[in-house]
Amino acid sequence: MIAHSEETPSRPKPQSFTVKVLRKNGPGQPSYWAYFTIPYEPELNVISVLQKIAARGQEDGGKKCAPVCWDCNCLEEVCGACTMVINGKVRQSCSALIDVLLDEHGSTLELRPMTKFPVVRDLMVDRSRMFQALKKVKAWVPVDGYYDLGPGPKQSMAAQEAAYPLSECMTCGCCLEACPQYSKIELDQQSGESTEAFQERKAETFDANFVGPHAISQVVLFNMNPTGEMNKRERMDAITDEGGIQVCGNAQNCVAVCPKHIPLTRSIAKIGRDATFHTLKKWFDWS
Amino acid sequence: MAKQRVLIVGGGLAGLAATMKLAELGIAVDLMSITPVKRSHSVCAQGGINSVNDQTRQLGDNEWKHFDDTIYGGDFLNHQPPVNEMALWAPKVIDLMDRLGVTFNRTPEGFLDRRRFGGTLYKRTAFAGATTGQQLLYALDEQVRRWEVEGLVKKYEAWDFMSPILDDAGVCVGAVAQDIVTMELRSFRADAVVVATGGCGLIYGRSTMSMTCTGSAASRCLQVGAKYGNGECIQVHPTAIPGADKLRLMSESARGEGGRVWVPRTPQDSRSPKSIPEAERYYFLEERYPAYGNLVPRDIATREIFNVCVNEGLSVEKDRQCVYLDLTHIDAAELTRKLGGILDIYQKFQGVDPRYTPMKIFPAVHYSMGGLWTDYQRTEEGRLEVGSPKNQVTNIPNLYAVGEVDYHYHGANRLGANSLLSCIFSGLFLAPGLETLLKNVPEGQAAHERPQSLYDTALAKQADRHQSLLKNTGGENPYLIHQELGNVMTKAATVVRVNEQLENAIGVVHDLGERVKRCSLSDTGSWSNQNVLFTKALQDMFPIAKAILKGALQRDECRGAHYKPAFELPGLTSENYEERHQQAEQWCDKFQENVDKFLKSTIATIDADGEPTITYEEVDTSLLPPRPRLYGLVGADIIEKVWKERTSAKQAAAKAAKAAEVAS
Ligand SMILES: Cc1cc2nc3c(=O)[nH]c(=O)nc-3n(C[C@H](O)[C@H](O)[C@H](O)COP(=O)(O)OP(=O)(O)OC[C@H]3O[C@@H](n4cnc5c(N)ncnc54)[C@H](O)[C@@H]3O)c2cc1C
Ligand code: SF4
Ligand code: SF4
Ligand code: FES
Repeated sequence: MIAHSEETPSRPKPQSFTVKVLRKNGPGQPSYWAYFTIPYEPELNVISVLQKIAARGQEDGGKKCAPVCWDCNCLEEVCGACTMVINGKVRQSCSALIDVLLDEHGSTLELRPMTKFPVVRDLMVDRSRMFQALKKVKAWVPVDGYYDLGPGPKQSMAAQEAAYPLSECMTCGCCLEACPQYSKIELDQQSGESTEAFQERKAETFDANFVGPHAISQVVLFNMNPTGEMNKRERMDAITDEGGIQVCGNAQNCVAVCPKHIPLTRSIAKIGRDATFHTLKKWFDWS
Repeated sequence: MAKQRVLIVGGGLAGLAATMKLAELGIAVDLMSITPVKRSHSVCAQGGINSVNDQTRQLGDNEWKHFDDTIYGGDFLNHQPPVNEMALWAPKVIDLMDRLGVTFNRTPEGFLDRRRFGGTLYKRTAFAGATTGQQLLYALDEQVRRWEVEGLVKKYEAWDFMSPILDDAGVCVGAVAQDIVTMELRSFRADAVVVATGGCGLIYGRSTMSMTCTGSAASRCLQVGAKYGNGECIQVHPTAIPGADKLRLMSESARGEGGRVWVPRTPQDSRSPKSIPEAERYYFLEERYPAYGNLVPRDIATREIFNVCVNEGLSVEKDRQCVYLDLTHIDAAELTRKLGGILDIYQKFQGVDPRYTPMKIFPAVHYSMGGLWTDYQRTEEGRLEVGSPKNQVTNIPNLYAVGEVDYHYHGANRLGANSLLSCIFSGLFLAPGLETLLKNVPEGQAAHERPQSLYDTALAKQADRHQSLLKNTGGENPYLIHQELGNVMTKAATVVRVNEQLENAIGVVHDLGERVKRCSLSDTGSWSNQNVLFTKALQDMFPIAKAILKGALQRDECRGAHYKPAFELPGLTSENYEERHQQAEQWCDKFQENVDKFLKSTIATIDADGEPTITYEEVDTSLLPPRPRLYGLVGADIIEKVWKERTSAKQAAAKAAKAAEVAS
């Protein structure tokens, strides 16, 4: 909860503040810090600061530089694009208000890219592994088709209220950045390897490693849907497979950083229980 | 059909709906988008999606009334058959989304819950918390992912569409695009290209739209000969939260759930809003529009808020224009349940809790009703022919447009919660038409049979553009030019339009358009160069900006969101019944004159220098005769009566003429 503005004790604002950005020109290149001094204005956020830096095209000291590269789209914390590590905390940069950051951290703002994903350039990372995880766990409702077949199944208010928070996951990756069990995978296309072959190798490698809490939570969401439940079994197969639920060490770091306050630990516990049942059931089916 | 492919550019609701439906029909799709499709602008939509439903039906609602509201709301500038078809499909579209697992809010019995949105008297709007667009987009994204796994859809995310490729006969045979990470330029062969790239709010600098809503893709179609319809029809949303990087929307649902708009009667009253007594508050919408109250259509709410601040000097703050949007009379828990998402946005970005403190809001550019001109195949009874390849096609054969980027459906003003509907509907409805198109490709004309030289030439042209931009040393800064463009456009072509200002803006934008050609880049590298991509998008904003301004200048009337006070028909003044009646007759004469002169779509084409030429197109109003929008006008009742009499007389005459024709 953010306090009412009247109640927030705020420090006097500086004339200007320093933005320190951990830059990198591309994969395989070294990282370096760049510094930008920005005059203070009220109601700035990290995005508007990066926009100012782009328009200026200079580091402190006057050295010309390319705009800092970063991802964003919605600017209202619903698309999930703009994740970065801001003064040590992974979060969305569009909702990172400078007034609040200055109150919390004094006059230096530090921006780094996420560490669990390969850096494309500067603050931009490649999160394709997150989308691959959604494929692996079959995060969809397997409808017959898109012809008019009448309304969907009736659902209680309680069921909607349980599903809705899970359906707000915007694939931002904050949870993965915080998770000790999720480690970076960086692969390079080898010479002679076709793009298709490289994509396939990437998908296989991703599938063999931890899917992450966001995907576990999507399994809960789709298993909960009356139609989605019909292929619960396949989803449970996927989530108990290599890189599945058993990798989670229950450190609960994920839930603390999720900007959408998705009850990830509840989802993990739920799938943990279902997984035990699923494995037992499979065992009995075979014997 | 084995080797045939469709290229869909844009993975918002419209592009994804088209993709999944085409895949269902067994057609292979390449789906291209700048952002991963799951991050498309459609995620921002908060309020909901409209359709007639079992509850409203029992209160007298039906598809025809949804159609009527949409046309009336759009001030009759929408072609009627596509809107008719959309309203008829709306309940089915919502059923489908429900089946796909959208977490729509429920009633205690388990039905879909509905709320009321602006411009209608019925509770037609289904919603999923305050993130309806996000939930709808995710449902489609999930289905498309399923087809990706099946192998029918191939995604090209992080690709920027640069241009359609046309053959010598002017038929679209593919597109050139650029990988925004590696900067690779590449051509794509396609038997049809579908542009579903959303709105163009960034032409106004800051708006409620997302960063990819530059209109660049539409402009790139214009530059090879596509037509642009009703560019000047830009919707300004009445309630946005002013911010340095973006004007964040406060959804109409805040008013739908009972939010009240007011200003203190004393200008810039310094007391805290909660301590201002009722009697000293001016609920200006409720006072002026008793029937609709705070839920008047958007254009009217916008103008009234603008007016109360700018002309009446009643803005809440001195240095910044804003009014109160107040929810504090509603129970906080109920607010959280119904509007949690949007209230969190306010709290997150303003640091104030709107459950306890009235919000401060002001209008912002929000939606482009205008867009790429598209066609349709009309049936005898005024619907669309299912499966016709004419539906949604631009004037360039095999180049299609759906979603916010097309100009159908919303006329001069869009009703709330109708856009998500038009996006999904047009995306789905397009697919059977493309199936027909693909089945009937003439021998040797399929994209995979076309000569490579066509693609090489198009690619070389884009490579040239790219290289010459990198080498440019003109010294102009693209980011600053963008700010200037945004300022001029916002001043001249939003809420109130004045010809002098528009003429002036045309000059300024022309000069900026010259300067933008001389941009020097601060990044001349060939890896993830956002600087060059932004500059290209900025340059491509100019043709559309010019079309908007010229279209607005030439439309000397008030229609929907396009409001020119100098050409407004004033209300009636006389108190005497006879005289008042006479005035109403005269009013209707003038209104008819105006209909004859201006009830036409503005069609812009662009010449080689990027300058627009404007022509006009008749609007199909065959289903519902135009009638004046009279919200709040003095004498509305009597004008309405006179107009009704005239319309019935005309219809009777037409009927008699037809009967005579049949008899002879
Ligand atoms: C804040 C907000 C709230 C809204 N709320 C509602 C509501 O409650 N109800 C309602 O009905 N409507 C609402 N709308 C309107 C509605 O959200 C949009 O009209 C609709 O989502 C547009 O969808 P689309 O599919 O046309 O395009 P978008 O969702 O805008 O998607 C465009 C796609 O095109 C891609 N793209 C763009 N340019 C290029 C390019 N050059 N190359 C490649 N790809 C490109 C993008 O990456 C994206 O995938 C709202 C709009 C806003 C701004
Ligand atoms: S609970 Fe599991 S998923 Fe969450 S941070 Fe810990 S290990 Fe990672
Ligand atoms: S679960 Fe939360 S933190 Fe993780 S990806 Fe989803 S929204 Fe982001
Ligand atoms: S830009 Fe969409 S979450 Fe920040």
